[in-house]
Order: sequence, then structure tokens, then C-alpha cells
Amino acid sequence: MVNNELLEIIFLTLRVSGSALAIACVLGIPFGLILGSEEFRGKKIIQLLISTGMGLPPVVVGLVVYLLLSNQGPLGTINWLFSPSGMILSQSILAFPLAAGFTSSAIAAVSPKLIIQIRSMGTTSWQEKITIFSQARNGIIAAVLAAFGRIISEVGAVMLVGGNIEGHTRVLSTAIVLETRQGKFAFALSLGFVLLGIALLANSLTYYFGGQWEK
Amino acid sequence: MNKKVFMTLILCFVLITAGCSSGLFEDEVLRIATTTSLDNSGLLALLVPDFEYEYEVEVEIIAVGTGQALALGENGDVDLVLVHAPELEIAFVDSGYGTERHVIMYNDFIILGPESDPANISNLPLSADAITKISESNSIFVSRGDNSGTHFKENQIWADAGLDPDQNGEWYNSVGQGMGASLVIANEKEGYILSDRGTYLSQKENLPNLVVLFGGDSSDKNPDLLLQNIYSVIPINPEKFENVNADLSDLFVEWISSIEIQNQIGEFGVSEFGIPLFYSNSTEWISSNSLYIEPQDNLKQENNSG
Repeated sequence: MVNNELLEIIFLTLRVSGSALAIACVLGIPFGLILGSEEFRGKKIIQLLISTGMGLPPVVVGLVVYLLLSNQGPLGTINWLFSPSGMILSQSILAFPLAAGFTSSAIAAVSPKLIIQIRSMGTTSWQEKITIFSQARNGIIAAVLAAFGRIISEVGAVMLVGGNIEGHTRVLSTAIVLETRQGKFAFALSLGFVLLGIALLANSLTYYFGGQWEK
Repeated sequence: MNKKVFMTLILCFVLITAGCSSGLFEDEVLRIATTTSLDNSGLLALLVPDFEYEYEVEVEIIAVGTGQALALGENGDVDLVLVHAPELEIAFVDSGYGTERHVIMYNDFIILGPESDPANISNLPLSADAITKISESNSIFVSRGDNSGTHFKENQIWADAGLDPDQNGEWYNSVGQGMGASLVIANEKEGYILSDRGTYLSQKENLPNLVVLFGGDSSDKNPDLLLQNIYSVIPINPEKFENVNADLSDLFVEWISSIEIQNQIGEFGVSEFGIPLFYSNSTEWISSNSLYIEPQDNLKQENNSG
């Protein structure tokens, strides 16, 4: 594999997992915020569904998205099968429960005494939410990292929905499977290190900026 | 009291486990690395239990791509490889990893595509012509792209046509997956694909958008000799790896080359698909078969004259 191709694969990995993470967080964090702070009917069931969703097997998500996007499927006409858009869709589905679930637990863990204190200061509901949110920020950072960790290394869904097409839908994890199947173990392993490196970098940056923010 | 029962149970468990792992109750094991396409066909699942029963051994089949199968052999992780990439196999034996290459059977590759056949490849005499037309019309083509035996064959056809697939554009899809998965992708994309006939036949029901456009009705009627798909077994060299079971792999080669098993190979798939999925081709079978051909020919002549 030429260096240029490797860069292409790394770039696509970042693009797919990054977009999926952004979508999952934009939807999941507010969802978790409401789930963690509000009381409403059916809350327990939603919590149960979210925590089950945290363990969704990627191949099953991949299979369902595949069937949706297939020629014969209900969304066949949008032509998302074997495209980065389809991969982003399935990874967003995988990451959403993690973003929502961890955010909700972080919010729920904020001391009730603090909430009473905030309310006693005559804040609006919106101001109250922002204060709780900033109190729970470490837990929310953990939610983002968990969602990221889930999708950056995931292979089942992107293989099924993306198809591992060279220069089009091949990402690091599917490239590792391909190289291993060809018996190119050393190269597969070095791709694994690239993947680990990306995860390490993302975590370091988050911890660094998370720490700065805390001061 | 309960504790005693519990301890006895634990002791039994430990003893049984130790007994098993020390080989007390275990048969000898033969490890074969083969390709997913052959494994998916079901031929080995049908034949191998007889070998296991006859010689009281256990056979472990590791189904991977040809590249990985040969790599497993190069690392001495298996006793035998059963693959279908003659050039790679010869290099494998020449480098001393395998003792000898024994041809056992063949089938063929076919080019599939949508019934509308936008590149107009049906009725062409050579696969190189077909691939040239696909390339010229920029029709969607799905490549295995995984250094498998089938991918190797694709590249041979491209070379035969004097074209370089790597420089091609959007229509060329290198998917880097097994035969089954690649066929599913070609079916979805309504594109052209090179496949071994066996895998296609066994998955045909789920591939409504694909028909055979090049290769004829059965392996012996394929117009292009380049599309022959030859399977061989190669025992791993015991001089290179002490751990390999050379006696057992030689026994396997002898067994699979025998007339009895060769006949079974030639019949496999006939009842289900109407044509054989594999054609027997071991040295033993060919030499015995050439003895049979003469009387059959005489019979025909007699019939003709009569």
C-alpha cells in the first residue's frame, strides 16, 4: 500500500468517525441532559433502552442499516449503501446511546443539594440547566470519549455498510482485516498502531483541554 | 458435607481437563489452511469426515484468503495448504516451504453481470476481450482486491488484455473481501464481477441482479482456458518446521488423490445444481481415466458403424 493510500484511509477514518461522533453528540448530549434532569412518564423505559443500546453489536446495526439502504430496502433510492454517508449513519446509531447514556448519568450524579441551592437563587430553567451541565462536564467529556472509542475502532458495521472499497469506503479498521486476511501481519499491526495513535491523540487533547477548562 | 462434594467435583473437573489437554483422549490433528471459496462450497465438509473416520484423526480446516493460507504455511502454523493460485504455489514450493504441489481438481471462473449487459460482453471468445469492453464502457466492476486466488486471476486477465486496473476510475471497485461478500456487493451495484462458478451457484438464489455473461454453462465448456481454476494440495516441509505432521499430510494427499475420492469430487453438486462444481484432476485419476477412455471410444465407433 502506497503512503498516499494510507493517508487517504486515515483521512476517511477521521472523517467518518468524526462526523458520526459529532452527530451522536449533538443529538445525544441534549437528550442525556433532559433524561438526567427531568422527570416524565416512560423515563425508566427510555433509560433501559439507552443502556441496552450501549451494548448494541456493531454487526447487527450494520446489518439493519444495510437492509434499510439496500436496493430492495425502503431507503434504497438514496444510494447510501457502500458510501461514507451510510457508514456515518451506522456509526452515529452506535455512538448515540453512549453519548446520551453517559451524559444522563453524569447529570443525574450532580448533587441535589446544589440544584436546590441554584433554584433558591431564582434562576430560570435554562440557567439552571447550564449550571448543572457545567458541573457535570467531566462526565460529559467521558461520554464523548466513550462514544469516540466505540466508533473509531469499530469494524463490523463499516465493513457491511461501507464494503471496504479502496479509495472510497476503506477505513483503518477494515484495512486491518483485509491485510490480516492476506497474511500481511506486520503491515496490519502497524495499521493497528496508527489507529491506537489516533485514539491516544484524541484522548490526550480532550484531557488537556478538559483540564484547562477546569482551571 | 457440601464442601466435600464441591471439592470432589472440582477435582474431577481438573483431572478431566488435564487428561484432555495432555492428549490422553485426543486424536491426532491435521491442520489444513484453505480458501474461503472452497470451504463455502461444502465439498470439504462432505469429504473430510470420511478421512477422519478412516484414519481416526481430527482435521481442522482454517478457511482464509489464499494469501493468508500460504502465509500460515510459511509460518508452519498448518500441516497442509489447499489453494488455487498455481504461480504462487510454485513459488511457495520453490522457497522450500512446501514439499510438493499435487493438483487434485479444477473448476473455472466466470464473469457475471447484470442481464442488461451494458458492456456487451456475452458471446465473446476471450475473457480479455470481455474485460476490455467493461473497461472501455466504464461499467461498474467489482474486484476482490484481496490478493486471493480469484484476485490473482483477475489481474492475469487484465494483464492479458494489456490494461492496468489500478489506474482506472470511479467504476472500478476494489472491495478487499471474500467471494461471497463481493458477489453481494456486485449484485447491489449491478456491476460486473469475476467469480468462481461454485460460489456463484451456491449463492445464486440471493443474487437476482447477476447472470453468467462469460464462461458457458459448465466448467468444461468454458471457452477461455485462462479461466481454469486449478486446486492443489501442498504438504508443509517438515525439514523447515519440526512441528508439522508430515506423515498425516502425506496420507491426506494420497487419500484425496485416490480414485474413490476423486469420483466423489466429480459427483459433488450434480444433484443440486445439475452440473459438477469440481472436476477431478489428480495424476492418479488422469492415468486411470485414460485407460477407460479407449474402450469408450471404441464403443462409440461401433455404435456409429452399427
